[in-house]
Amino acid sequence: MPAIVPTTTAKTDAPAASSGSSQRRSRTAYLLLLPGLGWLGVFFVIPIATLFFTSLQAPVEGRSGVYQAAFQISNYAQALGDYWPQFVRSFIYAGLATVLALVIAYPLAYFIAFKAGRWRALMLVLVVAPFFASFLLRTYAWRTILADEGAITTALNALHLLPEDRILNTSIAVVLGLTYNFLPFMILPLYASLEKIDPRLIEASGDLYARPFTGFRKVVFPLSLPGVVAGTLLTFIPAAGDFINARLLGAPGDSMVGTAIQVNFLQFRDYPIASALSFILMAFILVVVFTYIRRAGTEDLV
Amino acid sequence: MRWLRRNIIGIIAVLVLVYLFVPIAVVAVLSFNQPEGKYNVTFNEFSVSAWQNICGVPGVCESFALSIQIGLLATVIATIFGTMIAFALVRYRFRGRDSTNLLIFLPMATPEVVLGSSLLALFLNITFPLGFWAVTIAHIMFIVSFIVVAVKARLQGMDPRLEEASRDLYASPRATFRYVTFPLVLPGILGAALLGFALSFDDFIITFFNAGTMVTFPVYIWGAAQRGIPVQVYALATLVFFLSLVLVLVVQGVNARRRRRLEAAVASS
Repeated sequence: MPAIVPTTTAKTDAPAASSGSSQRRSRTAYLLLLPGLGWLGVFFVIPIATLFFTSLQAPVEGRSGVYQAAFQISNYAQALGDYWPQFVRSFIYAGLATVLALVIAYPLAYFIAFKAGRWRALMLVLVVAPFFASFLLRTYAWRTILADEGAITTALNALHLLPEDRILNTSIAVVLGLTYNFLPFMILPLYASLEKIDPRLIEASGDLYARPFTGFRKVVFPLSLPGVVAGTLLTFIPAAGDFINARLLGAPGDSMVGTAIQVNFLQFRDYPIASALSFILMAFILVVVFTYIRRAGTEDLV
Repeated sequence: MRWLRRNIIGIIAVLVLVYLFVPIAVVAVLSFNQPEGKYNVTFNEFSVSAWQNICGVPGVCESFALSIQIGLLATVIATIFGTMIAFALVRYRFRGRDSTNLLIFLPMATPEVVLGSSLLALFLNITFPLGFWAVTIAHIMFIVSFIVVAVKARLQGMDPRLEEASRDLYASPRATFRYVTFPLVLPGILGAALLGFALSFDDFIITFFNAGTMVTFPVYIWGAAQRGIPVQVYALATLVFFLSLVLVLVVQGVNARRRRRLEAAVASS
């Protein structure tokens, strides 16, 4: 059977179209792309541009909540001046949650990729299953788990490990909530890149008298780096923009930049400041994403 | 001790899976609670009253039905758009492939607050009414990328020999698509649609910015969190969780069986 299969067809990505019909074929491609990309153009690209213009608007004298086109760059200075603690907190909380998620996710992803055998498909379903339960309720459930009289808080207090004698309504709870909520986004890309590693490479490192941990450090971990990059980004990005965990699990002083954007947009109706905050957050994240991808040398995120 | 050392990764893996399900277990247990005050946080007394009267609190089931409506509409449209893009990316050569990939990737690399607030900025500037259509438009926008990625993975993982065999047997390109390609990709498309629906149904942040006064299920929960979430909400969420889990496991089982049969058929030909 293998003999009759031409080996050139193994690559399915972008098969060569015969030269005569290639123009017609690329027209079909554009027709296929049109509705989806058009939608993204109108409802993703144009809104981002609108966000930028709104961030430069100036208030109309005497009418609160009404703004006019302007070039008020001072909005950015005001947004950063008023809300820099929220920015700092967002990046610290999201950074801590990302590191914690990486540490928690790696053993599970490793197990599913190399040791799960026939349980692999089931375990992957279980990793995404939490998405079927309400995000808000799962977050709120941590109020029960971390309650002041609960087992975890009591035990840690007996060991005098908690600086504020409690977890709930502190920044610890916010970081724990963020870690929990975005953990599947870390596990799945880690698994995807671990799964591509040929297990014989690990055997080979053992045959060459590498101790298991050395083999992991020198062979498996470097090969899983694309997954580490994708996973950390997919965890960090939503965590940095989140305001649900800060609101449901933290104290008022734990508010993040998402909180500031939401409150300025929907309560204060200070659209220029809210837009400036949102735009700064997006710009910062994009810079992080692209420098990170470039330094890690992977373009396989999509 | 040696047993422990040999199985340590397995033990950690199971613990992590358990950790993922602890809050869900809490939600399920609290759905059988008769809370003492207005906050359903600590277990007080066993009761099935919320399950017996699941729509008993005004607004709960209305918001639930609204979320399903928006989820279905957004998923159908986003799945059609996303599948078309995935086919174009995998099956055609065209100029602008890199920009297309970037445009698909960017919404996934943008925090939800930015997606939600930028759409709100647009809707405010053109005075488009907030509510059902604004939220549906927003959901289609943020789901499409996920659909593209899921369907693309399925298309790339397909055995090209099956389509070749069909062409060798003088099937027209249309017949090959109709009888070979599409049936093979369909499970991938359905899986992607399921993911899209889950994302839409549970979305809070983007929805909150564009809902105006409309109350979807997550918006209801957010509002209720301040004054106490009714036990009925816990019951509904538990129901959704178990129904989806069963649905996914069944789909998974059917897919695995189909794949085994197909592979056996190819191997014996």
